[in-house]
Amino acid sequence: MSEFLYKFLISLSVGTLSRVYLMRVDYRQYPSYPRGIIMHLTFGMIAAALGSIALPALIAQDFTAVTFLTLAAEQFRSIRTMERENLSNIEEMEIIIRGKAYIEDIAKIFEARNYIVVLVSLTTSGLLYTLNSEYIAVTGGFIVLIILKRLMKGQQIWEIANVRTGKIWFDGAFLCVDDIVLINVGLKEKREKILKNGIAVILEPFNPDASITLSNLGQRQAIIHDVVAQMGIKKDVGEPDFTPIARQNTENGNMAIIFFPYFHDEEAILEAVRRSPVLESARRKPSQSRAGTKAEKRGG
Amino acid sequence: MSVEIKNMILGIVTHDKSKVSGGFAPVFYSMNEEESERLAFVVAKITSGMVHSLGNGVYVIVKH
Repeated sequence: MSEFLYKFLISLSVGTLSRVYLMRVDYRQYPSYPRGIIMHLTFGMIAAALGSIALPALIAQDFTAVTFLTLAAEQFRSIRTMERENLSNIEEMEIIIRGKAYIEDIAKIFEARNYIVVLVSLTTSGLLYTLNSEYIAVTGGFIVLIILKRLMKGQQIWEIANVRTGKIWFDGAFLCVDDIVLINVGLKEKREKILKNGIAVILEPFNPDASITLSNLGQRQAIIHDVVAQMGIKKDVGEPDFTPIARQNTENGNMAIIFFPYFHDEEAILEAVRRSPVLESARRKPSQSRAGTKAEKRGG
Repeated sequence: MSVEIKNMILGIVTHDKSKVSGGFAPVFYSMNEEESERLAFVVAKITSGMVHSLGNGVYVIVKH
């Protein structure tokens, strides 16, 4: 086997393995098994090949080959488009939708994972060519993988808000959770069912930034979708009364969400809410703006 | 692509004729409060809407 091929295969394997490591099939069942996985593994392999070939091409002074990297970027953007289209297409058939913001976030993560694979392969092949040691190269590749994975890890709800259960009660026909009014429920029978099956959760944001992040509609929908994916829902088509709803108290930023879970377990629901992702697109940091800081200082 | 009428009153149910007059939504009159609830439930089921109570014996069905 030629030296080039040997080195290429090592960095290709490290890259592909890192895509396997980044693949997570959990409660979300996404990417779906087995076809979705095969698709992404193949894309991962292509990404690894591109990362592995870049440096040898440069060494061989084949500069046109390096331009392939730009092609790669284009290719990965198409992965994002593919994921977005996929998820948007199945959205209509979901009882509780993911929401556009969540879909966009998922699609972005899939694209980013492929960039990680390219970088891991690039590091591995770089180390192989400079230090000529397989062990260092493979270890180096995996270290880069772990660092990048850490960096890519987004926040979860427990990091921005305190999550506790709330009290469900009715003010006439108005469904309330603690001091937050959610919706008007006209039928007595439905009200009784809501009291029986509902579990209310209150999110108390730690600061104004968190409060503004939570107010994003996509963020609310993402929490609801994630919890329903894990805890199930007692709702069928044509039963809008049992749709989970999130409403915010604009005075203190607290958010109330009511769920009608299949598994009636308060602790588990709280855990599911706490572990929900904070969407990249929903995150706001007004405290880091000049106007926001000024308002905060004046106690606004 | 499907077209749906959302966030509009699809139907009104009441047993008190003096409370509702005119409007674009069909009005269903009932004999008493109990029948109103049942009627509202049926209309909501048919339209996949949700029943809201105005608190004065008038129920409106809205699809969200």
